[in-house]
Amino acid sequence: MTAKISLRSVTRQFVVRPARGSKASAKEPTTLTALHSLSLDVRDGEFLTLVGPSGSGKTTLLDLLAGLSTPTSGEVLVDGRPVTGPGKDRAVVFQQYALFPWRTASANVSIGLEGKGPDGRKLNRRERAAKASEYLKLVGLAGFEDRFPHELSGGMKQRVAIARSLAYEPDVLLMDEPFAALDAQTREQLQDELLRIWRATGKTIVFITHGIDEAVYLGQRVAVLSARPGRLKEIVDVDIPDRDGEDDIRSHPAFVEQRHKVWTLLHDEVRLAQDAGHRKILPDGTAPDEAPAAAGTHESTLERSAA
Amino acid sequence: MTTTLAQQPAASAAPNQAPVVGHSIPAEKERRSTTATLAFLRAAAARAGSGLWKAAGILAFLALWELGPTYLASPSTRVFLPPLHEVLAAWGKLFESGTIQGHLAASLTRSVTGFGAALVAGVSLGLLIAWYGRLNSVLNPLLELFRNTAALALLPVFTLLLGIGEESKISIVAYAAFFPVLLNTIAGVKTVDPLLIRAAKSLGLSSLALFRKVILPSAVPTIFTGIRMAGTASILVLIAAEMVGAKAGLGYLIVNAQSSFLIPDMYAGILTVSLLGLAVNFLLVALERHFSRWRTAVGAGS
Repeated sequence: MTAKISLRSVTRQFVVRPARGSKASAKEPTTLTALHSLSLDVRDGEFLTLVGPSGSGKTTLLDLLAGLSTPTSGEVLVDGRPVTGPGKDRAVVFQQYALFPWRTASANVSIGLEGKGPDGRKLNRRERAAKASEYLKLVGLAGFEDRFPHELSGGMKQRVAIARSLAYEPDVLLMDEPFAALDAQTREQLQDELLRIWRATGKTIVFITHGIDEAVYLGQRVAVLSARPGRLKEIVDVDIPDRDGEDDIRSHPAFVEQRHKVWTLLHDEVRLAQDAGHRKILPDGTAPDEAPAAAGTHESTLERSAA
Repeated sequence: MTTTLAQQPAASAAPNQAPVVGHSIPAEKERRSTTATLAFLRAAAARAGSGLWKAAGILAFLALWELGPTYLASPSTRVFLPPLHEVLAAWGKLFESGTIQGHLAASLTRSVTGFGAALVAGVSLGLLIAWYGRLNSVLNPLLELFRNTAALALLPVFTLLLGIGEESKISIVAYAAFFPVLLNTIAGVKTVDPLLIRAAKSLGLSSLALFRKVILPSAVPTIFTGIRMAGTASILVLIAAEMVGAKAGLGYLIVNAQSSFLIPDMYAGILTVSLLGLAVNFLLVALERHFSRWRTAVGAGS
């Protein structure tokens, strides 16, 4: 099979300012390596899940794929062409839904259709509404066209967000812990819906999660990232019977076995990350956990946690 | 206040009617209509009750105004503080002669013109400043200086440069209304949820589309808060400006009545100013609510 998405030794570094309250000598900005020389291929039409401890650069990776940021070194290729920015061939689904609160469900779904389509033609209002209804129906929200986001539950909001990203027909769906904020029941329901949509549309899906169960349940392959700086630790092929939502796959021996495999791989990394106290880089560019001496390399972080 | 009070007689008239109508129709239907009437009555009474509570403060104040000067104040004070009915009578006379309408029209023309100019300039400049970061760093200290200079302190300057005619008054109103609009527009654009911007970018929106479809609509509620503040500021400054040098307007009416010792007329002017302020605020709040329905609903819904 051909590689739909191809990451070639991708490194991404950030310049961070130490958080306020740290020592006066620590005012110098430092470099932080979020991803280090990561290579990964995603096949066309594949459902790849990505797990890793906090701070392993999962969201950084997704931003690179979405074209929202550029790698410090290395290449991100989609269909063999380097990614230079956001494009209509890729869509992102965020954890916090990111719906536009002043737009109805229908208007949220159709926002990606308001520009020129791939054929250079602009859809008129009625065509856009029809398409929005079509995709709202696909995610199980027929009849909710005129609701505003604040009138929808978390699960429904995420359905709208999924419909929005599907509506302009991208090849690749990038999902950043989309179900993390939902309750367990809604999450399972949406997982099955997502598998159904994936089968129906044949999209390539890169799905980031911190839930091992979710990763194994959804993915054809599970990519495990190491603690910061993120490297690809291993790819686990998931080989379990068809998940059609009918049987309790999660208690199937094959599922349990592969779940355990991913768990073991992740376990050490999670402990490493916890000891180092890794957390997200804050939007203002500070990293509360990073002492400047320990920033930058993995080894020095280890030393600090050992001391 | 007046609407809730007006509901009471209408509500008490309803039960008298219901049985009369119900005489010819079956008893079942009659009972239903009476319970419906009762429910309606109860709701109306509750609404009137809460309206009464809300009105109580104002009614007490008006009562104090009416009775206080007559019974509590010394005769010499009473001259400077006429009871309510004298003020209302003076207002009626001013209204009949068309004097108050003339002054109101003069004030409204000035404030609407100045406010409108401030609105256009404040919103467009605010959007520009928020969009171009460099412009912000150049202009921000300057804006900070001007903003913290009380508008009325500049009134002599405006009068010297533009004369005592309409231009100086309209300009000072525009000046006072400009800053709330400008600063809230900048704040509104700057506080757009970065996640929404990320989402919009990932949807492939161009810079212009991002601005038009995401940044502007999400800034609208904050901009409207600024517009409401500007409305209050523009009336405040206008009245003060009219008091200093004008031949018409509510501020002029008040000062002129005072110096002519027409004390009830002066209070009639003050009353008109406060009613005008209330009306302007009511109008702007309604507009603000209309344009930020989605945001107020977020607060109420979750």
